[in-house]
Amino acid sequence: MDKTANHKAWFFVLPVLMLVAFNAIIPLMTVVNYSVQETFGDNNFFWAGVLWFEEVLRSERFHASLGRQLFFTFSILAIEVPLGVAIALAMPRKGIWVSVCLVLMAMPLLIPWNVVGAIWNIFALPNIGLLGQMLNGLGIDYNFTRQPGDAWFTLITMDVWHWTSLVVLLAYAGLASIPEAYYQAAKIDGASSWAIFRYIQLPKMKRVLTIAVLLRFMDSFNIYTEPFVLTGGGPGNSTTLLSIDLVKVALGQFDLGPAAAMSLIYFLVILLLSWVFYTLMMRGEEQ
Amino acid sequence: MKRYSWLVPTLYILFLMLPIYWLVSMSFKTTNEILGSFSLFPREFTLDNYRKIFTDPTWYMGYVNSIIYVTINTVISVTVALPAAYAFSRYRFLGDKHLFFWLLTNRMAPAAVFALPFFQLYSATGLFDTHFAVALAHTLFNIPLAVWILEGFMSGVPKQLDETAYVDGYSFPAFFIKIFIPTIAAGIGVAAFFCFMFSWVELLLAKTLTAVHAKPIAATMTRTASSSGYELGLLAAAGTLTIVPGAIVIYFVRNYIAKGFALGRV
Repeated sequence: MDKTANHKAWFFVLPVLMLVAFNAIIPLMTVVNYSVQETFGDNNFFWAGVLWFEEVLRSERFHASLGRQLFFTFSILAIEVPLGVAIALAMPRKGIWVSVCLVLMAMPLLIPWNVVGAIWNIFALPNIGLLGQMLNGLGIDYNFTRQPGDAWFTLITMDVWHWTSLVVLLAYAGLASIPEAYYQAAKIDGASSWAIFRYIQLPKMKRVLTIAVLLRFMDSFNIYTEPFVLTGGGPGNSTTLLSIDLVKVALGQFDLGPAAAMSLIYFLVILLLSWVFYTLMMRGEEQ
Repeated sequence: MKRYSWLVPTLYILFLMLPIYWLVSMSFKTTNEILGSFSLFPREFTLDNYRKIFTDPTWYMGYVNSIIYVTINTVISVTVALPAAYAFSRYRFLGDKHLFFWLLTNRMAPAAVFALPFFQLYSATGLFDTHFAVALAHTLFNIPLAVWILEGFMSGVPKQLDETAYVDGYSFPAFFIKIFIPTIAAGIGVAAFFCFMFSWVELLLAKTLTAVHAKPIAATMTRTASSSGYELGLLAAAGTLTIVPGAIVIYFVRNYIAKGFALGRV
């Protein structure tokens, strides 16, 4: 749509600007302040320059949690996206079942995040949980509170359970926008179901899938509550993701300098991702 | 192959429902039964867990608190987002694209980064432990979300509507309230739903900004899990009750939910 140039439109945006600025800029400046200062208590602060940034970037602990974070994010993307597309393709196209499917599938998305963690905790506990009992009954030695491998399995299954529906919903919305005539034309040409998927359905889903992938990428990078309730980062440090580690440093040890430096590095990563997201989305809109 | 394709969504829904079933069934069990033996169905069916939640103020006030701040947040977010989304969808102005991008970065900001400075900011302004504090804090990610969703819906309304209204002699506020808002009512509903939902599911900030008076139900649950032994039945009942509001409202937006998640851009 062609837009009119009107600089007075700033007044329409002003309330939003003031509220978000209060919430975003003041806390961000607090973090910046902490990140360049050293304190020995009593609210006495000294200039420390880039000391904390160097410390964080060099620390093995940060590398380890960043590595775990990347492993988590890429694992869930590799599972959720193909699975979501497959389910969307198999869903009914019309009738009462569409609504039933959509409502049931969207349920996990509306559960408070700590309840998601709690649900999976009691579902997977080896002695009293249904999943734990089932796996142990099959002769698999499963205990997610003791074995790191099992903890990872549970963590990833939980995220797949929680968020695959998002991919399904978006992919389904993309599929629903394909006119019936396309399929009829494909039928006349005698196209195989693979050809229909590759040349009709996939291109139509490209835009929504971009949104799905990037949303999942960024949100999984921010994940905190669910793994915190499920495993608390354990056993040991084996499932300590980036934000869990950050909260441990900031609120647990009250190391404000390193925590602030870590926050800023973390935030820059997110900012970069958001920029990629925005550019891709706007490019899609122009086409 | 086509004939069996219904199996895929069915199996998937089964996988989704299994943990929820376990939660609900546990909420009807006694603590003894949960810890003592393994059973697929509650053997000694009990409503005690629910009775405790509905009679103990520290429990049911958690729900009241959550609903209060979620409602305040939804009202604020949608109200201020409406004119902003209109500006983004209709006008070109200095720095509009940068501003739009900046809003998006706040939707993506990790709550863990903001937890400590938020605590200090809201303590300093005297808002700590009020419903308003949580409502205001959640606007950080809900206003950008509402602006994006509403902008998506508004861009679908042809500009001729605005122009015709001016020709007919409507002033801008009259046009906006009497004609434009009813036209995008569906979009407002979806934006409100998503604000409701993201404020409802968020816990980290809500927990950081409250102590007693505005403590959300989700935070009450974490306290029970850690301190007063392990009252799993009670925890399960409280968890079940947090699913109910979402399950009810989702029915009304079922056809728009994908559009909302795509930030109004399907």
